[in-house]
Amino acid sequence: MDQSLSKIIFGRLSWESIPLHEPILLGTFIVVALGGIAVLAAVTKFKLWGYLWREWLTSVDHKKIGIMYLILGIIMLVRGFADAVMMRAQQAIAFGANQGYLPPHHYDQVFTAHGTIMIFFVAIPLVVGLVNLVMPLQIGARDVAFPFLNSLSLWLTVAGAVLVMISLFIGEFSTAGWLNYVPVANLQNSPGTGPDYYLWALQIAGVGTTLSAINMVTTIIKMRAPGMTMMKMPVFTWTALCSNVLAIAIFPALTGAFALLMLDRYVGTNFFTNDLGGNPMMYWNLVWIWGHPEVYVLVLPAFGIYSEITSTFTGKRLFGYSSMVYATVVITILSYIVWLHHFFTMGSGASVNSFFGIATMVISIPTGAKIFNWLFTMYRGSIRFELPMMWVVAFMLTFTVGGMTGVLLAVPPADFVLHNSLFLVAHFHNVIIGGVVFAMFAGMTYWFPKAFGFKLDEFWGKVAFWGWVIGYWVAWTPIYIVGLMGTTRRVSHFNDPTLQPWFVVAAIGALIIGVGIIGFVIQVAVSIKNREKLRDTTGDPWDGRTLEWSTSSPPPFYNFAFTPVVSDLDAWYDMKDRGYQKPSGGFRPIHMPHNTGAGVIISAIAMVMGFAMIWYIWWLAALSFVSLIAAIIIHTFNYNRDYYVPADEVEQVENARVRPAVAGA
Amino acid sequence: MTQRLHPRTRRFGTLILVAAVGLLSACQRGVLNPAGDVARQQRDIIYISTGLMLLIIVPVMLLIVIFAWRYRKGQGGTYDPEFDHSTSLELVIWSAPLLIIIMLGALTWSSTHLLDPFRPLDRVTTDPALAAEPRQEALHVQVVSMDWKWLFIYPDQGIATVNELVLPVNREVRFDITSTNMMNTFYAPTLAGMIYAMPGMQSQLHAVLNRPVDDEGFSANYSGRGFSDMRFALHGVDSGKFDQWVASSKGSGRTLDLPTYLQLLKPSEKVPAMRFAGVDQDLYRRILERCVEPGKPCATEVMAHEPMGAGAMPAGRESMPTNKPEGALMKSPGEKGAQPNRNRFVAPGNEADKGPTH
Repeated sequence: MDQSLSKIIFGRLSWESIPLHEPILLGTFIVVALGGIAVLAAVTKFKLWGYLWREWLTSVDHKKIGIMYLILGIIMLVRGFADAVMMRAQQAIAFGANQGYLPPHHYDQVFTAHGTIMIFFVAIPLVVGLVNLVMPLQIGARDVAFPFLNSLSLWLTVAGAVLVMISLFIGEFSTAGWLNYVPVANLQNSPGTGPDYYLWALQIAGVGTTLSAINMVTTIIKMRAPGMTMMKMPVFTWTALCSNVLAIAIFPALTGAFALLMLDRYVGTNFFTNDLGGNPMMYWNLVWIWGHPEVYVLVLPAFGIYSEITSTFTGKRLFGYSSMVYATVVITILSYIVWLHHFFTMGSGASVNSFFGIATMVISIPTGAKIFNWLFTMYRGSIRFELPMMWVVAFMLTFTVGGMTGVLLAVPPADFVLHNSLFLVAHFHNVIIGGVVFAMFAGMTYWFPKAFGFKLDEFWGKVAFWGWVIGYWVAWTPIYIVGLMGTTRRVSHFNDPTLQPWFVVAAIGALIIGVGIIGFVIQVAVSIKNREKLRDTTGDPWDGRTLEWSTSSPPPFYNFAFTPVVSDLDAWYDMKDRGYQKPSGGFRPIHMPHNTGAGVIISAIAMVMGFAMIWYIWWLAALSFVSLIAAIIIHTFNYNRDYYVPADEVEQVENARVRPAVAGA
Repeated sequence: MTQRLHPRTRRFGTLILVAAVGLLSACQRGVLNPAGDVARQQRDIIYISTGLMLLIIVPVMLLIVIFAWRYRKGQGGTYDPEFDHSTSLELVIWSAPLLIIIMLGALTWSSTHLLDPFRPLDRVTTDPALAAEPRQEALHVQVVSMDWKWLFIYPDQGIATVNELVLPVNREVRFDITSTNMMNTFYAPTLAGMIYAMPGMQSQLHAVLNRPVDDEGFSANYSGRGFSDMRFALHGVDSGKFDQWVASSKGSGRTLDLPTYLQLLKPSEKVPAMRFAGVDQDLYRRILERCVEPGKPCATEVMAHEPMGAGAMPAGRESMPTNKPEGALMKSPGEKGAQPNRNRFVAPGNEADKGPTH
């Protein structure tokens, strides 16, 4: 009876769910807990709770939300990288009689967590963060279209990330790979909490990502400054538009697939089971209908970042702006019709395979055109090799190789021998590190002075740069090679000792990437310490070309005292060219949204509900579901959503800020 | 600035060297030096496509380095800030990749059809002397991926093996492939490309070995705890030795009857090779139709019972025995089970510890 009562109250949660038996996990948990307590204590001691709540947690300011997304991405990058090092260490030693230090059950969770975290809680938050921070400034807007929704999107993503982190210390995470494949993730094969953690974390975060995409598309369509026609939009804004249109179209497919798997696991339906008419292949189709376009959701804004940086640091207009835009749109459309190349080897037949193979190759044409456009932007330029530009050149050299191996994998007969091999794993790390991650560091270095008012330290920036670039090549070249030797991914133990040297080199490469990550963290810390020396008083430290550089650094909370009027593609360059003077009077009241805590509260309740569902604590799940609905309804009755900043307050703010560089100077 | 680009170019050279050495050593291995005609043609496709792409990749990478170097600030390169459009250049940058992709697309279309694993082979050997001989009928092998081992049934020989595949050289082999539970891919790099083994579904592979080999095959799709060691030995032998091997297997005594099969069905890891002297001719079909266990109706029978009217439930659905657990919401408190955290780190070299079992 006691047993039954405790099951009703705590579901399948018990003391055994916490890894008290494993000193390393327990130690990590204690360090994290002590660190957390120390942070909370410091916040209390310095009386920062009010500040944090008012200025950050409840903020609907797109710049602060963008910064918080970026912080989330960097924190999760460290976690995901720790998983990567564990995998590289295991594969470097587990040969022959040596089983390594991770039993398969643990190793399987590590690679699943690594992939899940790196895509959903590193790449997506970093991309969404930069789009949030920069895009409204680039189009001359004062905020996004739905400021509250933006806050809710952020906190839902955080809730998902927290659930994944909780799985490290309470229960276990999924062992079914980063897309939680069935049949491994079926209730029958994985009765534990792993797939449930995965599903609830990603469903909650996925709602956030979908809402954010709707928000960004609306913002770009409706809130551009007067004069900014579609073909005068900065390329980064164009790529943000295409990326978010893609996201709106594909995330429902993923949410649907996960919902069906949840029904299988919670209600006992048979969508993806082996028996009773279920079909696991359908799950693979649905997740890859999301999965392949998702690559472009991430890489298109990255392309936009490279375009902005190349144009700025070569001191030139971007070569072939319209072909760049068309290339972006063509990639967006084509990316919907290539998903089947992720499973040519499931036997779809030659005609279907050829269609998807050739469609995949066709994507390389607009992508190639983009590379050429950056190349000819450099042509007859005056290239300043500052940090962001160094990332661009490293990207071009690295990404080209990844593009080539990608096209190779799109040829079905070649894919039949390389599918699921480490060659494939090296390929997608080649394009994701070389394409997306390099862009994120380039973008963060480039826009950091805009967000905070001072540049990042150059020396530590170079440490981070060379750490990542050299580390990437040292870590992944050997993985390409063992892939060509027929080595498969997700293997925790090898028989063939001749492979070992390659894995040792790869592990060394991972450590060099670690230098890059630590270098970046030190770079931020050193820059904060030396912020007065690195201060940007002009608002335009790189001689930029787009509107975000026309306001001060950091921008006032309303971004622009007067909405800029755009008459050229490189709007700020054009304004500087024509001797733009910043207005010093005639300010008018500005319409702004109020902060609200609803986003944080709703997300916290959603997280509790997710946790309760994972652990089969039905009473808590029901309670939090009802509270969730109640909180949403209560928020809809909040009519006090906006206000006007009085004209004299605008004047005060404007005068207190150092004036941006006046054009022509 | 001068200092900055030097290490990059030098490092690039080193990388090419490392990659070249790596590729050379990779050439000695299964994927790039296969014993089977199909795998060899697939390897050739890799070479041809890579060559085609290098036609454009190499000039582009060189231009990136040259432009980055030539037009760095303050080095006297021409500076033209308004140069942002050139119709002829844009024509080239769209058409050059297009041409390569047209060639690659043609190669893809024909090679995908010719090397379709479901398609019987056009030729079993490239050796003209052997090709002149009359072609033997294809050997038929039924492949079942189980948790976590491979079952091979030779229906015409009436034998079965676990984790050991013996094939005669220069004779076409037709594999019919399915799975009992997880999704795996059946992959022997030296023989041919991989194809999925999926529960309730059948895939096919036609392939041939052209020289005697002692190699291995494995699953290339992650399928759970025992996946890493889900390997089988692959022996290519001449037809005389193959017949000897069949005869010796037939004399091995054990047969793969129902109790033995149900025992084999239980998840197990690192399973040593086994041979069975006899096997039920209908076993593979029942695995495919998911009805080996007594009392479980076969998929085709269920479909035959299904009324033609839309939306009706198949007859006998409620009484259908499966080992599928109930959905979590349907469980009584006592059935919820527990989720202990079983993760741990072990001292490297500990052979015994393979983690928890389900």
